Amino acid sequence: MPEQQTTVEVPSNPWGIPARLQLLNEEAQLQHDDKFSPYVEDIDRETLQQVYRTMMLTRRFDDEATALQRQGQLALWAPCKGQEAAQVGSAFATRPEDFIFPSYREHGVAISRGIDPGELLALFRGVNTCGWKPQDHNFQAYTLVLAAQVPHATGYAMGLNFDADFGNERDPNSDEKPAVLAYFGDGSSTEGEVHESMVFAASYNAPVLFFVQNNQWAISVPFSTQSRVPIATRAAGYGFEGLRVDGNDILAVVAATRYALEKIRAGEGPVLIEAETYRLGAHTTADDPTKYRTNEELESRTLHEPIGRLEKYLRAQGTPDSFFEELMAEVKEYGASVRNSALNLQNPRFEDFFERVYASAHPLVQEEAQWFQEYQEGFEEQN
Amino acid sequence: MTTEMNEAPAVETLTMAKAINRALRDAMSESNKVVLMGEDIGKLGGVFRVTEGLSAEFGEKRVMDSPLGEAGIIGTSIGLAMKGYRPVPEIQFDGFVFPAFNQITSQLSKMHGRTGKNFEVPVTIRIPFGGVIGSVEHHSESPEALFAHTPGLRVVTASSPHDAYWGLRKSIESPDPVIFFEPKRRYWMKGAVNFGHTNFDPFTAEVVRAGKDLTIATYGALVPVALAAAQAAQEGGYSVEVIDLRSISPLDVETVAESVNKTGRLVIAHEAPTFGGMGGELSASITERCFYSLEAPVLRVGGFHMPYPVAKVEEEYVPGIDRILEAIERSFTY
Repeated sequence: MPEQQTTVEVPSNPWGIPARLQLLNEEAQLQHDDKFSPYVEDIDRETLQQVYRTMMLTRRFDDEATALQRQGQLALWAPCKGQEAAQVGSAFATRPEDFIFPSYREHGVAISRGIDPGELLALFRGVNTCGWKPQDHNFQAYTLVLAAQVPHATGYAMGLNFDADFGNERDPNSDEKPAVLAYFGDGSSTEGEVHESMVFAASYNAPVLFFVQNNQWAISVPFSTQSRVPIATRAAGYGFEGLRVDGNDILAVVAATRYALEKIRAGEGPVLIEAETYRLGAHTTADDPTKYRTNEELESRTLHEPIGRLEKYLRAQGTPDSFFEELMAEVKEYGASVRNSALNLQNPRFEDFFERVYASAHPLVQEEAQWFQEYQEGFEEQN
Repeated sequence: MTTEMNEAPAVETLTMAKAINRALRDAMSESNKVVLMGEDIGKLGGVFRVTEGLSAEFGEKRVMDSPLGEAGIIGTSIGLAMKGYRPVPEIQFDGFVFPAFNQITSQLSKMHGRTGKNFEVPVTIRIPFGGVIGSVEHHSESPEALFAHTPGLRVVTASSPHDAYWGLRKSIESPDPVIFFEPKRRYWMKGAVNFGHTNFDPFTAEVVRAGKDLTIATYGALVPVALAAAQAAQEGGYSVEVIDLRSISPLDVETVAESVNKTGRLVIAHEAPTFGGMGGELSASITERCFYSLEAPVLRVGGFHMPYPVAKVEEEYVPGIDRILEAIERSFTY
């Protein structure tokens, strides 16, 4: 007699994939979410216009930089086109005292933190490794070894906890609790350092936000090769909250980031946000995306890019044409200033690089610097 | 300072492990920015008990039993240093440092320069190194040349409890990252520690035995071996000078050059494989500086070009008194 068949209940979401948050849909219509909508209720039209302005400046900056590279004025450029909502939105939700560890494509975050175009282009023009003073903007140098900055962010956040524990606060009278943000991408999410960072952050309850921009492509390798589930799903495995948002929806990004930072400041540990977006440009100017992705994919993704969606919403909310016209004029002027700032960057002195290696005197470096100086002077004497 | 001297004896006899423990304790007492991190360094006191008692004294937050991940230990140490702390992470064994190699060589070493000198990263990484403790693979290696080859790092060793105490104290005080290699087979060796030696410079070499016919330059666990070889050579009629290099980066070439200009002969000994090792670097530097003083080519005594072997044959691999004596004899054939 055959055994009676039992019905196995297959859970609809066996891995606990977080729901995707969207507050402004592809048609620029508001969506309500009981938990997250309150986090953007205070944002009026004027504020959103300012956010839109920063996104437009970022887009123009990015286009100018791509052009400058094509003209041979930059060694390389990593475009952020299409990721403006994820970057400007998350930066908008931060406070100045929060410390940010970027990867190398976070131009919208950098611009939001007040970094000048020239400072930002210094790395890519080959005149400096970091064009700004990180402490002035609480924005660390770009990191090009993927994911290497993520444990730094975690350690910095552990230090913020120690400041409180050991009585080393910068300002003991302030209630402000800074947080740390670590930006990385879908490709980086595979690196072991991300895993170790999440373990350490959880074990030490570090006030750090892991902000992943999933732009679907790690140079030529699609996201499906990095993970079978959205990256936000992984947070549960480390014992903290993971949020998954439409990264091209400015409101969802702001709401999720504000929610996460509020939680982190309250001492409720790390949070992971995965902003699902799309890299409309090449990985870098050395890349040729036509070799690995189709025009159809690019066209359909372009329809859902973030700036057009926000413009549509703002127009529906009554933002006058004059705002957009004035902004276009400003953006054009800004583009010219980006070009000028790149071309006006001073070339560095090679000799200065001897002084950067160590913070205290190192006899070998001193000896080599001395030798080089004498070597150079030898040519001058001959002339 | 004089009152402190009166309270505690200025000189104490300690094992190297205890001297290192004391250095950590004194550094932590002086500044609450000094924090320790590593695998099993808390309640257990580390696999060599070097951090014994520190967790009880300073609490679990300043003596962190970290999760098991070397890249995480060094990576978070970098972040802590950027926040103003002076982390002293421990890598449990030399052969376990490689998961953290990226963080050390591409991040820690470059952070000061690549941020335009805006961040100092005073991280001191303690690593027990070297062999002859009868252990299993990956527990007896000497990877110092890999780090010395990386600009931005300082690499320091010690051969005595005194040098271990002060070497570590000064490494922690350094604004630069330091890899502090502790010769693990000497952890239980006793010696006098002079706590008044506050102007100790860990980045210099020291002549530990004077001689006039030949110079041996070495460091770490081989210093006592070289001294024994020098003593044996004395009986054969050779007067041998022994230099403890102490610092691998910077390398105190001046002290060695001064000695070689006097003796005319140099033997360099280390446990690490000879090919691509510190001996080659020092040999080239001395040849450049002392060419007309040299009576013989600079000779190297080191590990062979093979992974560190199993315990039953490790003493064939690591230079001992006889292999150093053979090199001394060979030098005098020129």
